[in-house]
Amino acid sequence: MLTISDLVVRYGAAVALDRVSLTVERAEMVALVGPNGAGKSSIVNAVSGVIPIASGTISLSGRAAQVPEGRHMFADMTVEDNLRLGAWAVKDRDVAPIYDLLPDLARLRKRLSGTLSGGQQQMVAVGRALMAKPDLLLIDELSLGLAPLVVADLAAHLRALNRETGTTILLIEQEVDLAFELCERAYVLEAGRIVAAGTSEQLRSDPSLRDAYFGRDVEANAPSAPKEQR
Amino acid sequence: MNDFIVYVVSGLAIGCAFALVGSGFVVVHRVTRVVNFTQGTLAVFAAMISYSLLAKGVPHGLAEVIAVLATGAIGLLFGLIALSRRGTPPLISLMITLGLSIFSAAVIILVWGQDPLSPPGLRGSLSIAGATIETQRLLVAVVAVVVFVGLWLFFDHSYAGKGLTAAASNPRAAGLVGINVRRMGLVSFAIAGVLGGIAGVLISPSNAMSFSSDLPLALSGFAAAVFGGLTSLWKTLIGGLVLGVAGQLVAGYLVGSYQTAIALVMMLVLMIARHRSLAVEEAK
Repeated sequence: MLTISDLVVRYGAAVALDRVSLTVERAEMVALVGPNGAGKSSIVNAVSGVIPIASGTISLSGRAAQVPEGRHMFADMTVEDNLRLGAWAVKDRDVAPIYDLLPDLARLRKRLSGTLSGGQQQMVAVGRALMAKPDLLLIDELSLGLAPLVVADLAAHLRALNRETGTTILLIEQEVDLAFELCERAYVLEAGRIVAAGTSEQLRSDPSLRDAYFGRDVEANAPSAPKEQR
Repeated sequence: MNDFIVYVVSGLAIGCAFALVGSGFVVVHRVTRVVNFTQGTLAVFAAMISYSLLAKGVPHGLAEVIAVLATGAIGLLFGLIALSRRGTPPLISLMITLGLSIFSAAVIILVWGQDPLSPPGLRGSLSIAGATIETQRLLVAVVAVVVFVGLWLFFDHSYAGKGLTAAASNPRAAGLVGINVRRMGLVSFAIAGVLGGIAGVLISPSNAMSFSSDLPLALSGFAAAVFGGLTSLWKTLIGGLVLGVAGQLVAGYLVGSYQTAIALVMMLVLMIARHRSLAVEEAK
């Protein structure tokens, strides 16, 4: 579905991504984790075509749509207008399938999106991206600024979306625990490079990664079984 | 009393013309956040082009339509220059439109000379509430209402109009859903060109225009647009009407040359009031 090879992205003289390679298979849920400034958002922005790439290749079979960090609502428009504008590139503007998938949005359809809570806005952002009928959904910081219960609800919706429609999901997430819970595989980035990759179980259990990147939350949730991997 | 009615009725007609010019400011600002100071120039271009076409024997209606379409194209050209580079800050684009306005005045002098020109319009007059009003001025009012209803339907009830608004509301999100933000900006400049053109062909039969007519037109239109916060079309119409009536009353009972001063004072008061209300909102 998505193959990135030796991707280099620069912002002026600064190197944001340094020969990054990764793959995402169809119907997979894959996470990108790592500290702030590691280059996670640069990957999804490069895949979306928002930023230019310096070198390397991005091979995508199908259409990608992005749920941007900070949600980026059309704040003075209704939820329904936000959703319909998500279909700008595909012309099929029927919002009914989105309301079936995210029923809360049907209730909020006439509300101005700028007046919604953070969780509701995140749901609109997901719905708006889905209106583009993407084969690959790029989600930049699902949980940012949201309460745990709201995040759990959104995560459940994403699982259902992946299971029922086979939509491939590439998730950027600071909450490593959530990322590992939601995705089967993950890549760990630091300073523009991939420093580890594997299944969520394997990465979660790696003591060196845990100490360096994931912190206590993951340690507490780590399974006692497989001890090593890298 | 009869004088008062005459001033109010003619003020409403003139106010509609101001609102038409103001609507161009609103359309461009809603989509690009740029204050397009070529709006007055576009009206003058339309007046000059329609004058030339009518002088060459092109029939009424066709001449005006050609002039309006031509100013739409000129508006698009202005947009291409003002938004020439991706990410040009709105303030820089504003300065470019000011420069284009000055340059256009030179072009108008070269092509049409310095003397005010006035193409023929509708003849005759009608009596309304005891006041005699030129048919041409009534035409301005009718067309303005039609244009504002059309703009409202387009921006608030059409998908393309919402796409235009989305480009300004959140350019990053607009880009992510596939809206070409720069192209939307150019479309808004073209629409503003058409609106300025409509204002020009409608006003010029009653008020002769020259290369220097752009400034008072732009000031009055901008004052009306400021009344609408540079975003609301209906408030811009109201602002234009208030300005038109106030100007006619001042001209009738005081001194005619105070009309432009009225627009400036109204604009200043509104901008100060708006700045205060925004400051209060931010403080909350």
